[in-house]
Amino acid sequence: MTIALSQFDEVRLDRVSRDFGALNALRDVSLTIRRGEFIALLGPSGCGKSTTLNCIAGLLPVTGGAIWLDKNRVDTLRPEERGFGMVFQNYALFPHLNVRQNIGFGLKMRGRSKSEIDRKVDEALNLVRLQGQENKLPGQLSGGQQQRVAIARAIVIEPPLVLMDEPLSNLDAKLRLEMRAEIRRIHNELGATTIYVTHDQDEALSLADRIVVLRDGVVRQVGAPKELYEAPAHFDVADFMGFRNKLKGRVIAIEGDRTVLDVEGARISGVARERVSVGSTAYAAIRSDDLEVGEAGPNAIAATVDTIEYRGREFVGTAHSAGGLDFVFRSHVPVELGSQVHLRTEDERILVFAEPVQGRQ
Amino acid sequence: MDAVAHAPPVEHGPSLRQRLAARGFDAVTLLVVPAAIFSLLLFVYPFAFGFVLSFEPKAGGDWLANYRRFFSDAFLYDTIANTLWLAIPVTLVNLLLAIPIAFRVRLMRNQRLLTTLLVLPITLGTVLVAEGLLNYLGPQGWFNRTLMTFGLISQPLKLVHNYWGVFASLVITGFPFTFLLTLSYVTGIDPALEQAAATLGASAWQRFRHVYLPLLMPGLAITFCLSFVQAFSVFPSAVLLGEPAGSTRVISIAAAQAAFEEYDYSMGSAIAMIMGFVQLGIVVAVLASRGLFYRGPASGAKG
Repeated sequence: MTIALSQFDEVRLDRVSRDFGALNALRDVSLTIRRGEFIALLGPSGCGKSTTLNCIAGLLPVTGGAIWLDKNRVDTLRPEERGFGMVFQNYALFPHLNVRQNIGFGLKMRGRSKSEIDRKVDEALNLVRLQGQENKLPGQLSGGQQQRVAIARAIVIEPPLVLMDEPLSNLDAKLRLEMRAEIRRIHNELGATTIYVTHDQDEALSLADRIVVLRDGVVRQVGAPKELYEAPAHFDVADFMGFRNKLKGRVIAIEGDRTVLDVEGARISGVARERVSVGSTAYAAIRSDDLEVGEAGPNAIAATVDTIEYRGREFVGTAHSAGGLDFVFRSHVPVELGSQVHLRTEDERILVFAEPVQGRQ
Repeated sequence: MDAVAHAPPVEHGPSLRQRLAARGFDAVTLLVVPAAIFSLLLFVYPFAFGFVLSFEPKAGGDWLANYRRFFSDAFLYDTIANTLWLAIPVTLVNLLLAIPIAFRVRLMRNQRLLTTLLVLPITLGTVLVAEGLLNYLGPQGWFNRTLMTFGLISQPLKLVHNYWGVFASLVITGFPFTFLLTLSYVTGIDPALEQAAATLGASAWQRFRHVYLPLLMPGLAITFCLSFVQAFSVFPSAVLLGEPAGSTRVISIAAAQAAFEEYDYSMGSAIAMIMGFVQLGIVVAVLASRGLFYRGPASGAKG
């Protein structure tokens, strides 16, 4: 493989801000990306993740802060001067150029010789496994093939940084899993430093070395996938990481590393992830995988089953409590609709968060 | 072989209605009728009438006499060159002005206001524009007076009653039309394509040359044809602002003179037919060249 990526040590975002009129789409985003890292920008729609990517690519000017590639400031450069490869959500392949011309476009713009372009395009075609398709127009390709062309086109220019904007969101579920593995494979082969925008936590968890969770234009947490999955720092991060059960209650005691909540009369004790004080309102967050049907007792709450779905190895159900809390739980045995159950889990599976401040933080 | 010979089940083919529907004919097709009648009465019939009339020379002679006369009289056949010499440069100038302006306007927020301003000349009509230009560009008009006041010229420039007067008028009345068509083609191209080209290192000119232009060519060809046909049939401004006996004696003037000054409708029809075929020739040539370009959807996404 002679696709050799430009050498550099780090890309640094230094308090990057972007305003759209009165709206702050990004506020003081600081982040350092080391060479070879695969970073996922994760967050709900409107959180500023695509804005961040467009600012790095140069498609949107930043309104504050700076972006550095080692010692060089790049946020003042035009996109064509930055030389970052970008994969667009809708692929943005040139419809009038065939696969070979699409992939070779960046090299041609750089005035490379025809033989060099041919050689590098062949390598890129091999890398994304599109041999034999090179004379087709994009309109003749399937979605997955188009995505491969878009990736090949972005990496063939040997960019220091590859930017991917929700590249899998236009594909169907099966193809999405396949392309996810492809992206990981290509990353492993090339070691390209990558920033990957997604709203899908599974994608982020499976692909990234580090995940940056954004919300309302602010970085909420940065960490390895395992760290975010097991120890989300804030309630909204937990929400995004699959803690679908959110039990509002009142703190009644703090006993060592356990915080005890009163949730509709039930005693729920968990691990506090944020500072809470006795008497304050707090939330207990529990992953739906961890909430199971069990006996009455500590950490158990009575609920009525609303729906139950068969998922092969287990059942996944929804239920509500007398006080109106909604639950998503799992069960290894079938549960009757409308029956009364006790849903419970272990202390260490329960994370306690302070009540989030309403509105933008 | 004692197989029981079953009578084949009676096969009912699809009904006539179903077969017609499969070919795209159903009750909705009837909605075409008013338009068909309209075009038959107002276009096909007059055209056919004129076509036949052109082969029945008023002065007698064989059926091609009118055509022979046209192509043997320089005063007549020169009108083709005169008209083309106006219509083609005017169309090209309009197109070349429209493209950069459309590229700029595409990015503007108040597109509506600008578009309205640009469309105004269409609503004014050629005669009003001609009147205005006569006053403005005339020897005593503001334009010449301003230039003279600043000492840039010592004698008024002759800008009306010649080629340039007609040229200016055709640009003014033709531009909005050309611009609006061009704008719609330019905005029809997915902006993500330009962004993709930029991230791949293409400069603004390269993005235009390698992405926009190839995708725009088919649309520009159509725009050229429509603007050209409009300019080719120039009449009022050629009379009012031009030199109808000389350099701007366009083909429509020749046809009008034959029909309404010499009362030779047959000759007038023959000239109109020639005019039609010249236009058709150019339009067919331009549209045929579209085959050289990509003509699919101008978007980078899967459709």
